[in-house]
Amino acid sequence: MKTCLIVDDSKVIRMVARKILHELDFETDEAVNGKDALEYCTKSLPDAILLDWNMPVMDGMEFLLALRQLPDGEQPVVIFCTTENDMEHIQRAIESGANEYIMKPFDSEIIQAKFTQVGLL
Amino acid sequence: MSPDDFEFTSEILKERSGLVLTTNKMYLLESRLLPVARNQGIDSIDDLVAEIRRKKDPALIVKVTEAMTTNESFFFRDNHPFETFTNEVLPKILEKRASQKSFKIWCAAASSGQEPYSLAMSILEQERKLSGWRYDIVGTDISHDILAKAKAGTYSQFEVQRGMPTTLLVKYFEKNAEQWELKPEVRKLVNFKYFNLLENPGPLGRFDIVFCRNVLIYFDQQTKGKVLDGISKIMSDDGVLFLGGAETVLGVSDAFKAIPGQRGVYGLTRNG
Ligand SMILES: C[S@@+](CC[C@H](N)C(=O)[O-])C[C@H]1O[C@@H](n2cnc3c(N)ncnc32)[C@H](O)[C@@H]1O
Repeated sequence: MKTCLIVDDSKVIRMVARKILHELDFETDEAVNGKDALEYCTKSLPDAILLDWNMPVMDGMEFLLALRQLPDGEQPVVIFCTTENDMEHIQRAIESGANEYIMKPFDSEIIQAKFTQVGLL
Repeated sequence: MSPDDFEFTSEILKERSGLVLTTNKMYLLESRLLPVARNQGIDSIDDLVAEIRRKKDPALIVKVTEAMTTNESFFFRDNHPFETFTNEVLPKILEKRASQKSFKIWCAAASSGQEPYSLAMSILEQERKLSGWRYDIVGTDISHDILAKAKAGTYSQFEVQRGMPTTLLVKYFEKNAEQWELKPEVRKLVNFKYFNLLENPGPLGRFDIVFCRNVLIYFDQQTKGKVLDGISKIMSDDGVLFLGGAETVLGVSDAFKAIPGQRGVYGLTRNG
């Protein structure tokens, strides 16, 4: 079973994402901000990370940059999932090593389409 | 709606567009016709059908037909046809047409444009191999309304997230307010036209690659066969046809045969 770490400070979003990912046969774990997620990743790397941008303590972009510096940190597929929906943010995310980008609001169809595109489904 | 009116309307629809309505589609017909009636300043569906019976106004019949089309589409729909296009079909075309350096693609049910534009982006991604080449993509549909949307090349956030890789979104789109607009370099590659698949496609020209996806499913066997035979006549001998996931030539037309190993892709029987 593939694993996905859901990183979002909103409990509701984490719950929605968890439900969708379970239906797609992913095992999930959750983190409430970038720092939390980074600690998780220093212990074990998931196959995929669904990543919010705006979060307290450490945001998604800081996390992504730090993750890619970890040993084997280039391995997890990182999919941003955020309300930032302007070209600049999307471009920066892709240039900084994100594999895909989901603009909120999302639904199971979009999650499935994006996870398929990056080869996880 | 009375059974008589239902039958009358579905007959017109079938004759005009090939679209077949089974009686369990009564609700669908009603829900799609009501806005047409309102638009004409007519109060009820009964009155709308009466008006059509009385005047047989072609413009009104066109509106009814358009209202009954299902236009759902998305970028890179089902993924694998576009992978096959890029990895198998396009390289072969480049090899076979090396002397004339040109090829033509037809999207026979282009709807709001996602399919031909996906092909245009796929080709642009291979641009290095295509310098000096001339290629045309023609997108046709029976619905004028949907063709207008296709030409505009403007999509909602929801539409661009279904199937489109973000790398292509950033490269080929511009954001305008909440809408995503395809850049002119992509738009100019596709030529949209009205065309009814029940007609003779001859005047459209000759094509090397045809996408006719997710439209045959709405037709009966006989119409499917007729449409496929028509398509076969305007394809170059070594041309290829892409059908939708729920569509096949099997038992419908002898003009095509499946290409082994390529799901949903067909070649011409006359090509041996
Ligand atoms: C579901 S869409 C398919 C779009 C695209 N090919 C895809 O696979 O995503 C079907 C389209 O076929 C068009 N259509 C239906 N009957 C037609 C006919 N007789 N001639 C041409 N187009 C037709 C409809 O207007 C509609 O836009």
